[in-house]
Amino acid sequence: MVPLAHILALSVILFTLGVAGFILRRNIITIFMCIELMLNAVNLAFIAFARYLGNLDGQIFVFFVIVVAAAEAAVGLAIIIAVQRNRGSLSIDDMNSMKL
Amino acid sequence: MVPLFYIFAVVAILAGLSVVLQRTPVYSALSLIVVLCALAVVYLLLGAEFLAVVQVIVYAGAIMVLFVLVIMLLNAHREEPTDRSRLARILGAPLLIVFLGEVLYAIWRQFPPEQTAAAPAAGAGPRAIGELLFRNYVLPFEVTSILILVAVLGAVVLAKKQI
Amino acid sequence: MLSSMVISLFLILAKIIVVLTVLMTTVAYAVWLERKVVARIQSRWGPYLVGPHGLLQPVADGLKIFFKEDFVPSEVDRVVFWLAPFLAFSLALLSISVIPFGESITIAGEVIQFQITDLNVGLLFILAVTSLGVYGVALAGWGSNSKYPLLGGLRSSAQMISYELSLGLGLMGVVMLTGSLSLREIVEGQRGLWNIIRQPVGFLIYFTAAVAETNRVPFDLPEGESELVGGFHTEYSSLKFAMFFMAEYANIVTVSCLATLMFFGGWLGPVFGPPLLRALLPVFWFCLKVFCFLFVYIWIRGTLPRFRYDQLMAFGWKFLLPVGLLNVLATGLFLALRSS
Repeated sequence: MVPLAHILALSVILFTLGVAGFILRRNIITIFMCIELMLNAVNLAFIAFARYLGNLDGQIFVFFVIVVAAAEAAVGLAIIIAVQRNRGSLSIDDMNSMKL
Repeated sequence: MVPLFYIFAVVAILAGLSVVLQRTPVYSALSLIVVLCALAVVYLLLGAEFLAVVQVIVYAGAIMVLFVLVIMLLNAHREEPTDRSRLARILGAPLLIVFLGEVLYAIWRQFPPEQTAAAPAAGAGPRAIGELLFRNYVLPFEVTSILILVAVLGAVVLAKKQI
Repeated sequence: MLSSMVISLFLILAKIIVVLTVLMTTVAYAVWLERKVVARIQSRWGPYLVGPHGLLQPVADGLKIFFKEDFVPSEVDRVVFWLAPFLAFSLALLSISVIPFGESITIAGEVIQFQITDLNVGLLFILAVTSLGVYGVALAGWGSNSKYPLLGGLRSSAQMISYELSLGLGLMGVVMLTGSLSLREIVEGQRGLWNIIRQPVGFLIYFTAAVAETNRVPFDLPEGESELVGGFHTEYSSLKFAMFFMAEYANIVTVSCLATLMFFGGWLGPVFGPPLLRALLPVFWFCLKVFCFLFVYIWIRGTLPRFRYDQLMAFGWKFLLPVGLLNVLATGLFLALRSS
């Protein structure tokens, strides 16, 4: 069987990639997708632990993370659409003031 | 069985790199779908078969469809490289590599690969998850249904052209 | 140990080859069947020149499609344009891998099941592949970089994701009655009584949603010629267009297979005779039932007019989804009362 350390390593690498994208990218939709990547890395860690501790609670938590990610994606994308309509641009460099 | 995990782990990492490095948002979205499906296979290998299929149905089949449709709707073009954030670019990559190294070291110390034995695959079918979900975790379950309702209302109100 | 692994691998490959060959032949002749049946409904002959009763028409059409010029418009997004038909086609073929065609046959002591693989979440696997099928259409519409395909693609993907919910809800009643998501167990649970009698509303919801999912009449507005030129496959030609076409018919076959498995007893039917006949008769019953569904699909196509897009979406969300939920509620109530 696969050692737990290897699965957690995969999870950490994906999480770091998500953080890297979050910091380095300018397009707001791409930033949002990096957030989803981070959430998935965390899901993998939960399932790995659920398997290695023999406890199904990890999988239940992943279930809730997926549901919350869905709700968050819906609202986040609606906000992005509204912001694009108001400012005409999807680059976060242009979203640096609270004024409409 | 075991090498299958490493194959899909490599696929997931390459697709993750593609998500972060692609200039066109549509290609990032497609790469993210590949990551999600590769992770679904990994979940299957870890004995979480119900969650693997739920991941594909909900995450790759609904949430990412939403992303792709919004990208099409907003007609997101290729992103031009910017020099507004020199600090992030100079310090970002090295700091992240340091972060990665630290966490990997902590994991290796805590769960040495040779020592951790594989736990037997517990019955993780839909029945087991359903029993846990509707007995111990019924309150969070109901709360998430309200959360989804609020999200639907919020999304409709925010995306309307006039309220 | 190694030789048993090699044997099982060889068996799986053999099954895949057989099933795919049968599926592709069925898809080709489903086109022929559609042309003939729709023609008869419209009081004309249909293809009859190529081979007896036009039976070689699919061969002629296939050759024609391969020899057609494959032109790609200059402004398309290359990666997405090429990806979409392959994605649609491979996903359409993928869901056949969990469908059981019959019981099992014993050859030289080896019990071979008439199923490529028996997942115990087999039904969810088919729903997952259906969910991913939206991408083929959406990406085709967007990648073509043109007005009509984009509109057709967006409409079609919105329609598909709307009716996915009702598709799942129609099936949930059966899952609740059977207590399992494995397709083989669902069929085994129908030995006493077919599920169509226990879940008639579920069947109607499922079938309506399935017709909408596969973009067929009366829900085929996204590819209706009079509305949107060709819809999402306007800019495609030759092989890539053929892949969309085959993907659509393969989806129809898959959906028909699922309907027979969930509601009409799958391969259950009178069995008699020597062991070889006993093993093959269930497969025959299964194919007969799927053929009946194909005929009903084509019959509906020849008979009904097309829905307008807003009527289509309103029907899916405001009627089909609540009825599906009520069906699940009623089934749950019945099960709770029965066990108390």
